[in-house]
Amino acid sequence: MNQALPKLTLKDYASDQEVRWCPGCGDYAILKTIQKLMPEFNQPKENQVFISGIGCSSRFPYYMNTYGFHTIHGRAPAIATGVKLANPELDVWVITGDGDGFSIGGNHMLHVIRRNVNLQILLFNNEIYGLTKGQYSPTSQTGTTTPSSPQGSVDSPLSPCGVALGAGGTFIARSIDTEAKHLAAVVTRAHDHDGASFVEILQNCPIYNDGIFEQVKDKKIAANFKVVLTHGEPVIFGLEQEKAISLNRESLQLEVIEVSGNEDKILVHDENNKILATMLATMSGSNFPVAVGVIYREDKTSFIDDSYQQLIKAREVKGSLQELLHSGHTWEVE
Amino acid sequence: MELAEEKLDEHHLDEKEVVDVVVRFAGDSGDGMQLTGTNFTQATALYGNDLSTFPDFPAEIRAPVGATFGVSAFQIYFGAEDVTTAGDALDVLVAMNPAALVTNIANLVEGGLVIVDRGAFTAKNLKKAKYQSNPLEDSSLDGFRVLDIDISKQVLAAVESFGLTHKGALRCKNMWTLGLVMWLFDRDRQSTIDSLNAKFSSKPEIAGSNIAALNAGHAYGETAELPAGIHVYKVPQAKVSPGTYRNVTGSNALAWGLIAGSELADIDLLFASYPITPASNLLHELVNHRDFNINTFQAEDEIAAVCAAIGASFAGSLGITSSAGPGIALKAEGIALAAATELPLVVVDTQRGGPSTGLPTKTEQSDLNMALYGRHGDTPMPVIASSTPIDCFEVAIEAIRLATKYMTPVMLLSDGYLANAAEPWKIPDVSTLEPFPVSHHSEAEGFKPSLRDKDTLARVWAKPGTAGLEHRIGGIEKSYDTGDISYDPSNHQKMTDMRHAKVAGIANDIPLQKACLGEESGELAVVGWGSTFGAIHQAVKRARSEGLDVSHIHVRYLSPLPRNLGEILHNFETVLVPEMNTGQFVHLVKSEFLIDAEGLNKVAGQPFKIGEILAAIHKKLGAMESAS
Repeated sequence: MNQALPKLTLKDYASDQEVRWCPGCGDYAILKTIQKLMPEFNQPKENQVFISGIGCSSRFPYYMNTYGFHTIHGRAPAIATGVKLANPELDVWVITGDGDGFSIGGNHMLHVIRRNVNLQILLFNNEIYGLTKGQYSPTSQTGTTTPSSPQGSVDSPLSPCGVALGAGGTFIARSIDTEAKHLAAVVTRAHDHDGASFVEILQNCPIYNDGIFEQVKDKKIAANFKVVLTHGEPVIFGLEQEKAISLNRESLQLEVIEVSGNEDKILVHDENNKILATMLATMSGSNFPVAVGVIYREDKTSFIDDSYQQLIKAREVKGSLQELLHSGHTWEVE
Repeated sequence: MELAEEKLDEHHLDEKEVVDVVVRFAGDSGDGMQLTGTNFTQATALYGNDLSTFPDFPAEIRAPVGATFGVSAFQIYFGAEDVTTAGDALDVLVAMNPAALVTNIANLVEGGLVIVDRGAFTAKNLKKAKYQSNPLEDSSLDGFRVLDIDISKQVLAAVESFGLTHKGALRCKNMWTLGLVMWLFDRDRQSTIDSLNAKFSSKPEIAGSNIAALNAGHAYGETAELPAGIHVYKVPQAKVSPGTYRNVTGSNALAWGLIAGSELADIDLLFASYPITPASNLLHELVNHRDFNINTFQAEDEIAAVCAAIGASFAGSLGITSSAGPGIALKAEGIALAAATELPLVVVDTQRGGPSTGLPTKTEQSDLNMALYGRHGDTPMPVIASSTPIDCFEVAIEAIRLATKYMTPVMLLSDGYLANAAEPWKIPDVSTLEPFPVSHHSEAEGFKPSLRDKDTLARVWAKPGTAGLEHRIGGIEKSYDTGDISYDPSNHQKMTDMRHAKVAGIANDIPLQKACLGEESGELAVVGWGSTFGAIHQAVKRARSEGLDVSHIHVRYLSPLPRNLGEILHNFETVLVPEMNTGQFVHLVKSEFLIDAEGLNKVAGQPFKIGEILAAIHKKLGAMESAS
């Protein structure tokens, strides 16, 4: 088994195609991080498959020197499920965006997550439709002014991690395009997880939605606007690590408290607690930070494993076509 | 051409021997008519008649008792000669209640036999069937032979010793009736007794009471004083070639054909589909045969089903998806992806009445245009259609052969009639089936995803997991030379031309068109495709026996068409195309071959009657005669 594989590098994972995202696009940073990370998994490159739908993010597979399939809008999870069913040995990655994954492909996203198909989903969330020139997406903030919403959008946005949790997700995480180290660590854990791993990556679109995540990306102020979750650690944030998240046991709601004097009230992150994970994933309001890191994780058998268990059982005795055609009532004519 | 009906020879039931008979069992959805019909079919096959059956059930799973829209029926046509349809008019009608009588009596021939359960002709049931007066008491059934029996009462007496509830005992009514009809045609009850014992092996009292009812119905025929003209009818055995036979529905034959295709191609299948009437039986059948190299996947919707199948094909298996019209419409974008990426895919369309939800349990051939043209862009795709339940087996194998050899999506058209209809099948010796093993590319040297076979134009099949062949495919136009993304104008022209040439080239790899009955030239060709085969065959056979110069041309390959089809059709003075749509194939034939073809079109949710086609043949030839 553990045959030594030649050590691959970032260069081995870069395809010969010219990368064609807009200058300054967050996708470049994500691509670089993933290309750099892939050798760390120490797997045969030929077993790695990137599958995408349609949109800026979905060009990603063309730039990875692995097997890749750029499919149709919203359907990557369904195609990936077919790939895994045909060959469970493959390491399958779904690359999608907020429009692809949660608008036109919302249904497939729900089902790939609830089935717990063993693959990694990287959802690049830039809260806008980039490739079609800037219309509002299902994650755009209400009031976003775009060519299709000149007076501001009236839709309410959805929370990708919140929906993934609601669909029964077993691995839910969030990271940021330019936070290479954090992103690599989160994606590594997603890859280690057995089941559908969902990673929302906040990604800047410099053309149509520039700066939308500036508060959580700007190193000078980010600590005030994001909280990095670590399993078993208190949920603390702020430039001086002076603020924390607490669970109000009366109202059953999260609140932001001062660390000083409230040490016993600070919430400790438990990534196996679904109720708290849902609250942390969907925190909103001006004084709440954005949670990044592994928000939720649970052990559950994967769809592909369960399906193959049935197949193995069904194939204990191999079928015979001749016997099948003669099954049931037959009669002889002489 | 207008649809007219021609009265066929009546089978006078006062003869002791009849050449062929049509029997229809009709009752409430819950009356067990399908089970009755299936058992009668079994006994008839064992008796040695040729036969064809058609179950006709409502869309409602359990309609209100006694409602006309809840009538479930099972029709069987059996006889001493080749039987290829489920029959036109009825010789025998079994009506378990007034609703079953009122919805079917119009199809009973004059002098035909109607068997009714008098106990079910209550004031309430008569009202539900909208009868103003009881047809058993007024003179409306005067033209028929009538066996009017209080079946409920007979059954209660027959099963008394089993201690069933009143309701439970009445459930045996169908078996009592079956026993009587078996007596009428001298069928052996043993196969039914065996199947009841097997079905209710854990409930011996249920098996016992049903068998008792079956025997009591038979004994009633033997002993009761029946009205004059009702007696045992002999239907001589058919001359059939020696071999082992079984009955098979189109659905099962298609499922088994897919399994056979997988074995012959030596490739794993992923069958991905979403439940839809009348296509779901394929999934139900295949999920039970995962002991072959088959896996099944019930997807979240039609789109996911076609996409999962495409994913499986990308990964080196063969993806198959299946649906009926509305579902196929949803799959169109996915099918075009398979065409663009040149991956194999088989799409099975079990056509039903449309548009929209239409008539989900009824049959139609109205998806032909969608199969041929229903995609965005210039997206050609081979289309083939099965003609009979048995033919579904061969056509399924052929779909797999074409998909894997040419790396293309293939559309297989079946329909609601074929899916549910059954006929006896001389089981083929599987060792005589020609294998067509598929190979995946493995040579890294000189590999590029755009490599293609110079004869078939099929693109190389390189599956993930193969070292050195890592590559990317996708829906964006690709360079003919490298397989990389290309927006080059001349390349798009070249790729579009190549996709057309690839599908068109299949015409060189399919059998030449032949006439399946009659000569390949003459006065009139009746040209059909799909499930109209049986009715056209019988109509042409009868017309020819009258000395008329008419041939039957049946087209299996709808795209590309057989390369000599035009030549053959030009050899006829005129062409008639019966179809269960408003004229989709006739339009193709006319535009493709510039011939004067006329359509005969029926969209009633029911198959053609032989008499309808025969009348059209007479009219057509009569018109030619008077013109000359």
